[in-house]
Amino acid sequence: MKRAFLGEFEEVVLLTVAILDEGAYGVSITQEIEQKTGRAVGFSTVHTTLQRLEEKGFLSSRMGGATAERGGRRKRFFNVTAAGRKALQEVKQVRIDLWNALPPQTLQLMGG
Amino acid sequence: MKPPRWADWLLKTFGHPDTLEEVQGDLLELYTYWVETAGERKARWRYVLSVLKLLRPLASRKSNENYYSTPFFLHPDMLRNYLKIALRNLVKNKIYSSINIGGLAVGMAVAMLIGLWIYDELDYDNYFQHYDRIAKVMQRGTTPEGVVFNGGHMPLPLGNELRTSFGDDFKHVVMSSWTGEHILAYGDKKFTKTGNYLSPEAPDMLTLTMLKGTRAGLNEPSSILLSESVAKALFGDSDPLGKIMKIDNRLAVKVTGVYEDLPFNTEFRDMTFIAPWALYVSSEDWVKRAQDNAQWDNNSWQILAQIAPNADFDAVTEKIKGLRVKHVPATAEYKAEIFLHPMHRWHLYTGWDKAGHVDGRIQYVWLFGIIGVFVLLLACINFMNLSTARSEKRAKEVGIRKAVGSVRSQLISQFFSESLLVVTFAFGLSLLFVLLLLPLFNEVADKQLHILWDNLIFWLSGVGFTLITGLIAGSYPALYLSSFQPVKVLKGTFRVGRFASVPRKVLVVMQFTVSVTLIIGTIIVFRQIQYAKNRPIGYDRNGLITVTMNTPELHDHYNALRSDLLRTGAVVDMSTSSAPATDLNSQNGGFDWEGKDPNFRDSFGTIAVTHDFGKTVGWTFKQGRDFSRQFSTDSAGMVLNETAVRYMGLKDPVGKTVKWNGRPFQVVGVIQDMVMRSPFEPVYQTVFMLNYGWANVINIKLNPERSTSESLGKIEAVFRKFNPGSPFDYKFSDEQYALKFATEERIGKLASVFAILAIFISCLGLFGLASFVAEQRTKEIGVRKVLGATVLNVWSLLSKDFIFLVLIGFGIATPIAYYFLNNWLQKYDYRTEMSWWIFAVSGAGALVVTLLTVSFQSIKAALINPVKSLRSE
Repeated sequence: MKRAFLGEFEEVVLLTVAILDEGAYGVSITQEIEQKTGRAVGFSTVHTTLQRLEEKGFLSSRMGGATAERGGRRKRFFNVTAAGRKALQEVKQVRIDLWNALPPQTLQLMGG
Repeated sequence: MKPPRWADWLLKTFGHPDTLEEVQGDLLELYTYWVETAGERKARWRYVLSVLKLLRPLASRKSNENYYSTPFFLHPDMLRNYLKIALRNLVKNKIYSSINIGGLAVGMAVAMLIGLWIYDELDYDNYFQHYDRIAKVMQRGTTPEGVVFNGGHMPLPLGNELRTSFGDDFKHVVMSSWTGEHILAYGDKKFTKTGNYLSPEAPDMLTLTMLKGTRAGLNEPSSILLSESVAKALFGDSDPLGKIMKIDNRLAVKVTGVYEDLPFNTEFRDMTFIAPWALYVSSEDWVKRAQDNAQWDNNSWQILAQIAPNADFDAVTEKIKGLRVKHVPATAEYKAEIFLHPMHRWHLYTGWDKAGHVDGRIQYVWLFGIIGVFVLLLACINFMNLSTARSEKRAKEVGIRKAVGSVRSQLISQFFSESLLVVTFAFGLSLLFVLLLLPLFNEVADKQLHILWDNLIFWLSGVGFTLITGLIAGSYPALYLSSFQPVKVLKGTFRVGRFASVPRKVLVVMQFTVSVTLIIGTIIVFRQIQYAKNRPIGYDRNGLITVTMNTPELHDHYNALRSDLLRTGAVVDMSTSSAPATDLNSQNGGFDWEGKDPNFRDSFGTIAVTHDFGKTVGWTFKQGRDFSRQFSTDSAGMVLNETAVRYMGLKDPVGKTVKWNGRPFQVVGVIQDMVMRSPFEPVYQTVFMLNYGWANVINIKLNPERSTSESLGKIEAVFRKFNPGSPFDYKFSDEQYALKFATEERIGKLASVFAILAIFISCLGLFGLASFVAEQRTKEIGVRKVLGATVLNVWSLLSKDFIFLVLIGFGIATPIAYYFLNNWLQKYDYRTEMSWWIFAVSGAGALVVTLLTVSFQSIKAALINPVKSLRSE
């Protein structure tokens, strides 16, 4: 099976979308990442990443939920697709495997 | 607290079109958030930065089946759609469409015909390459009474003087005998053709296109240049060059060239052959005398000139204007001046009124130009009226279209394409009309017009006009209707304003103003012609024919010819005279009579006749008697006309003595005035004298009991015997007389045609409007009928609006028509009155036509069963 490569930031974005569940759209995702990671992310970066993830098939989107503060424009809500969930699982599994493979003395050195 | 607008614009223009909406929304939302968290300055900065990062200038929209966009309004699919809808609309409303297209086509056809006519008039004489260098030498003078006269008859020595003393100013000076009828004979072929005797430079000056021979052909003393058609008639297919032929049965000449026929729209279109001037001088004694004795006071010839390349007409005129007075000091009294009349003014600006103002054909060019513009305007008005009236019905359509997603630009182009389509149809149809009508028009207008298929200006103006009319007529529905709010239209709260029909009414009034003016004009032109025709002419032109005496054989056998003719029984009488009864061609001074004021400069028409002239033409005597062979003293007798008696102030003229250049004549009788010149002018004072030698025409009165063709056959046999060298050419005097009305009748005919067309077009428009109004008010009429209105009520309800408009039009037209026609009539000394009834009849006529047009629709509407019209609600 062809495995899609998931970059670090992509992984963060994909996870955030999964966290936000039904309420995931450009603004909420950007703010959530800022709050959760504490790092300043540009909206443009988030937007581009969302686009790329959708292209890769990890996300699906639908339009809806226009509000006055957006000038009557609709939001694009994102959902994680099955492929997306699987990719997240695989990344997590890779991480767990890697952590598990860590020699105990090294783990101790890292304070874990 | 708004993000920077330029960044918005950037994003909108260069952002990725697929995600534009949510990006704009997201950024706006974030902006608010940034302002709250980081302050406005930072927020702006972040906003701009994000925008810049999101620009995707090269991105294009992914084609997406689910995406409903508004296609570009000139997309081929849209164009096809516009066309289809337009055609469907045309077919659905057949009557409107045909009225619209037909009316406009008629108007365009009229304008096109008039345009072609004007083009031809302005193009006159343009065939000659030296068009802007050639002039006629003419003279002008003022009588002591202040009447200005202009003339092209010039003294012979002037030509030489111009050539020798003003050689630097003139490239060519050409003497001309005037174009006249001559008999051309080769072998047994004889024709009467019109031609001219010209100086040898003439072919160069006129840049004749030589088909055979050279332009130098006239340098030989006994030579002749023939036009192509004459050469063909005389020589058939054989080569005419070098052949010897005869002019007027006495001058043998050699053909030295053949030139292309001169076009119909040139001054010299009748000049079918050219013979050398020298031959004319040597063969005509009176011309030779004029040349040998340098007769400056004999004004009989035409002088044409081409000025030098660096000269200009005004400057040369200035130099030569005093020549006449210099050589004939007596003309100083008339302030005689010589001037050059340039070729580009010959056709349109020849003819002067008594005050010396130009009174030429240019007036007709203006007149018809204006009429053409008006007829076209009428047609356009119709078209616009009908289009706008129709379009109000389509407000609902506009509402629906907008509701399902049309944008304004599409609606605008839809309405425009509809009106353009109609105008294009009309243009095509009008070309067809013009093709069909041209032969008829050419006949009436005495032209040889044809459609200028290969003329760029013609097409440009045609297409340009089509576009402009289409755009103007389509502008109301396109720009006004497309601005409706669909909600209002569809809910029915939309109301056309009270004044929406005002422009339409104004246009109808305009139409009828023009129509009524044209009706009045036509009636008055015809009244004027009729008035002049009804004038007693003083002789009997029925069965009177004239034969020109252009060969020596006819002059010597008066009595034998007469008795032979009488013996045939086909002829009642025959005589000769110096001029036909329909043409007074000679005027002279030098008369003296008892009681004449010695300072009075007299001028009389002078006609030489024979004893039998009176009986031939049937003149009637007021006093005294006709010439008679019983009285040998009649050879010095004289007959006056009534005007002459008044002119001379004679009380009891018969028996008085009148001297002409010292020779005494005794007045034997006074005849009732004979209209020999223009029937619109007063009769000229004329004297008739016996002179068998001064004869130019033979007058023959046919026997009214025989058939004309049989009589002519017998007369021709007699002429063959006496004059074998010439063809038998005759003219009917009644036809010649009718020619005097040609100009007026031509105007009358054209004006009446245009008037009829104008009314036709106006009525078409009215018909369309009336049917529209009737349709619009169907429900109202239904309700009125239910409440007890009669057919008459409804009819008057629908008709009175239109009647009112026509009455206003009539009110405006009357003073306009009065002003212009009064001016026109002033031209004529002998003119009809403009009675009030002409105006009344025109107004009544317009009213009747209007009523008939409108009534058809209004009665139809009034007869509809109200059940039908009200049932739908």
